[in-house]
Amino acid sequence: MAMSKSVRYLTPLIVFAGLVVLLVWGLGQDPREVPSPLIGKPVPTFSLPALEDPDRTVSDADLKGKISLVNVWASWCNSCRAEHQALMVLSEIPDFQIVGLNWKDEATDALRVLQLTGNPYDLNGYDPDNTVGIHWGVYGAPETFVVDQEGIIRYKHIGPIDREVWEQKLQPLVAELRARS
Amino acid sequence: MIPELGHFALILALLLAVVQAAFPLAGSLSGNRPWMTMARPLAYGQLTLLAVAFAALTQAFLTSDFSVLYVAEHSNSLLPTIYKVSAVWGGHEGSLLLWVLMMAAWGAAVAAFSKNLPLTVVSRVISVQGMIAIGFLLFMLLTSNPFERIFPVPADGRDLNPLLQDPGLAIHPPMLYMGYVGFSVAFAFAVAALIGGRLDAAWARWSRPWTTVAWVFLTIGIMLGSWWAYYELGWGGWWFWDPVENASLMPWLVGTALIHSLAVTEKRAAFKSWTVLLAICAFSLSLLGTFLVRSGVLTSVHAFATDPSRGLFILIFLCIVVGGSLALYAWRAPEVSDGGRFSLLSRESALLGNNLIFVAFTVLVLFGTLAPLIYEAFNWGKISVGFPWFNKMFLALSPFLAVLIGIGPATRWKHDEPVRMLKTLWWALALSATVLVISALPVFSTNTLWVPVGLALAAWLFFAHVAIVYERLRNKGGLSRMGPAILADLRGGGRSFYGMVTAHVGVAMFIVGVTVLSNYQLEEDVRMAPGDSYELAGYRFEFLGAQQVPGPNYMAQRGAFNVYRGERRVTQLFPEKRAYMGGGMPMTEAAIDPGLFRDIYVSLGEAVGNGGDWALRLYYKPFVRWIWLGAILMALGGALAVSDPRYRLAGARARKSAADTAAVTA
Repeated sequence: MAMSKSVRYLTPLIVFAGLVVLLVWGLGQDPREVPSPLIGKPVPTFSLPALEDPDRTVSDADLKGKISLVNVWASWCNSCRAEHQALMVLSEIPDFQIVGLNWKDEATDALRVLQLTGNPYDLNGYDPDNTVGIHWGVYGAPETFVVDQEGIIRYKHIGPIDREVWEQKLQPLVAELRARS
Repeated sequence: MIPELGHFALILALLLAVVQAAFPLAGSLSGNRPWMTMARPLAYGQLTLLAVAFAALTQAFLTSDFSVLYVAEHSNSLLPTIYKVSAVWGGHEGSLLLWVLMMAAWGAAVAAFSKNLPLTVVSRVISVQGMIAIGFLLFMLLTSNPFERIFPVPADGRDLNPLLQDPGLAIHPPMLYMGYVGFSVAFAFAVAALIGGRLDAAWARWSRPWTTVAWVFLTIGIMLGSWWAYYELGWGGWWFWDPVENASLMPWLVGTALIHSLAVTEKRAAFKSWTVLLAICAFSLSLLGTFLVRSGVLTSVHAFATDPSRGLFILIFLCIVVGGSLALYAWRAPEVSDGGRFSLLSRESALLGNNLIFVAFTVLVLFGTLAPLIYEAFNWGKISVGFPWFNKMFLALSPFLAVLIGIGPATRWKHDEPVRMLKTLWWALALSATVLVISALPVFSTNTLWVPVGLALAAWLFFAHVAIVYERLRNKGGLSRMGPAILADLRGGGRSFYGMVTAHVGVAMFIVGVTVLSNYQLEEDVRMAPGDSYELAGYRFEFLGAQQVPGPNYMAQRGAFNVYRGERRVTQLFPEKRAYMGGGMPMTEAAIDPGLFRDIYVSLGEAVGNGGDWALRLYYKPFVRWIWLGAILMALGGALAVSDPRYRLAGARARKSAADTAAVTA
C-alpha cells in the first residue's frame, strides 16, 4: 500500500521525464527542414485526376523533362493564401513549371480560390483523400518540392514560400539545375 | 551609455536574485529572522533594477538608437511612437525583459500585500520567485541580451513586424505575460508549502486571490489575441489551434482547474495534494509554452527567431524548475492527508468533474500540439493534427462540462439530496428543454443537432445560475427585496459568489457565440469590379473601387464600400491592404462594422486584372462578439471574486479556518 502510494506521487515526475526526452530529441530536429527520405530519389509513381477536369490525369510522367515546383496546397489553409501571391509572381518565370497538389480539399472550394485570385499552376492534381500526399510524405500544407528534369526530388520546403525563401533557397537550386542540363 | 546602464542593471538584478533565492529561504529553515526580513526589500530592489533596465531599452527605442542590435532589428525611424514603445516587447529579447520585469512586479506585489501572512511563508515564496528569476536572467544575459551593440551602426532599423503594428497586439503580450508570470506566484506558494510541509486550507486561501488575478490577466490576454487574429489576419477566424495559441491555452485550462480546486481545498481542506500538483502544472505549462515558442521545436506563425542554444537552455531550466518541484511533490505530498469525505452528489464531486474535464482538455491540447513530434519520434509517419481534430475533441467533452457548470454551484458541500436540487433547478431544466425543442423546429432550418444542443446548454447555464442566485436571496428577504439584497450581498461577503455567477454566465455567452457563429456565418469570396454590388445575408455590398493611400510607414490600397440593408445605408467600410516600407508580406486590414448580434466584415484579397477588379472576402459573422464578451465576463467575474473582502482579512481568519478544517477532518 505504502509502495503504491509513493509510486502514485512519482507519476507526474515520470511523465515529465518522458516529455523531456521527447523535447531533447525534438531540439535536434529542424521542423522546417524535415529531412525528407525522398530527397535524391525519383518521385513516387502516382496518377491523379486533374483539379480543373476530372477526365484528365496528372501523373509522375508530367514531372519529367522540366524542372517542377510541386506545391501542396488547399483552400482551407491560411498560409497557402499568403503564399499564393508569391506563386503568382513565380508563375511568370518560364524556367520551371508549377504543379499543384490540391490536398485534402474540396474541388469546388479550390476552383473558386483559383478563379478569384488567379491560377499560378500549370497542372493541378486533385488529392482529396491524401492518397498521393502520403507517399510524398506530406506533413501539412503548404509544402513545396523541387523536382529536377529527371523527376528526382531535390529539395523540400515546409511552410509558405516568400521572397526570402525564394531568393535564398529555391532560386539558386533552380539555377543550378538549369545550368546542368 | 544608457544601454550599458540597462545591461548593468540586468547583471545587478541577477546578483540580487541569487541573494533573494538563498537567504530568505535559508532563514526560514533555520529560523534566522534577519535573513527572512531581507525578503521584502530584496523583492522591491529586484523590481527597481528591472524597471531601470526596461526604461533603458524603451529609451533606446524612443530615440531610435540603432547602435543597439535589438532596436535595429525591431524598429525604424518612421515607426509611429506608440509602436516604438510596443516594439520593446516585439521580439524575443525584449519580450523576455518584459517577462522578468512582470515577474519582479508580482514579487513586489506579494511583498507589499502579504502583511497578514507568516514571515516564513512570505520569505519562502519570495525565495522561490528569486530562483525562477535567476533562470530567466541568466538566459537573457547568456543567450539573449537585448542591449547588445552592433557596429557599424545601420542607417535605419529593419522595422517592427507589420503584423505587430496594431493597438490590439501592443497590449496582448503584456496581458498574456501577466497571466503566465502570475502563475509563478501560485507556483511559489505551492513550492513554499511543500518545503514547509504545511499544506493546509490556509495555504489555499493565501494563494487563491493571486491565482485568480493571474487567471484574469491570462483570460484577457488570450481574448485579445483571438480578437486580434480575427480582424488582422483578414480571415475572420477567432481561433486557429496554432501551437503558440495552444501554448497559452494550456496554462489557462490548468489554471481554470486550479482556481476551482483551490476552492475545495480552502473550504473543505480536500484535494490538497491535487491542488498543489495543479499549481505546479499551471506554471510548468507556462514555461513549456515559452520553450515551444522560442526553441524552434515546432513550426508556428508566431515563432520567434529561433536558436537551438536557446532551446537547450530553456529545456535545462525547465528540467530544474519542473523536475525539481515535481520531485519535491513526490517526496512531500504522500504525507498530506486527503481531507474530508464526500458523497457522489456534492459540490466536491462536481468540482472534481470540472477538474477532470479541464485536465482532459489540457492533455488533448498538449498531445495535439506535440503530435507531429511524437509521431516522428516513434516513426509512425507524419501527421498534422489540425483544426478538425481539435474541434471534434473539444466538442465531444464540452457538453458534459456545460451541464456540470450548471449543477455544481447548486449543490451543497459534502452531501446533497437529488430532490432538494430538483426543487431549485427544475424550472431552469424545463426552460432549457424548451429552448432545445424550439430551436430544433424546422422553422429555424438548423442542419445540425449542435445548434439546439448548444443553445439549450447555454440556456441551462444561464437559468441554472438565475435559480442559484434566487435560492441564495430567498433566504435573505425574498423576491420583493431582490435589488437591495444583492447590493447588501455585494458589500458583504457575496462578491466571490457573484463573481462565480458572472464568470459562468460568461461561459453561457461564449457557448451561444460559438454555436451561432459556426453554424450561421456566411463567407463569400467574390470578384468585384468598381460599381458592382453583391448581396449577402440581407445586406447589399456596393464596391466603389480601391485607391492608393500613403501611411506613415506603408503604402495602402484602400477599398471603399457602401453597405445597404434595403434602401438604408448601414455603414461605409474601408478595408486596406498595406505594403510596409520594411518589406515582408503585405498586411490585410479588414474593415468591420461591429454589432452585438452580427459583424459585417470585408477584407481585400488581391487585385485581379487591370480594370480595378478585386478579389474580396465578404463575411457575415453573427454573434461573434459574444465569444469575446463571454471571455470578458469570465475575467470580470474573476476580478469581482478577488475583490471579496474576506481575502483582505486572510491572515486573521485563515488561522481560525485552518483550525476549523482540522476539526472537520479529524
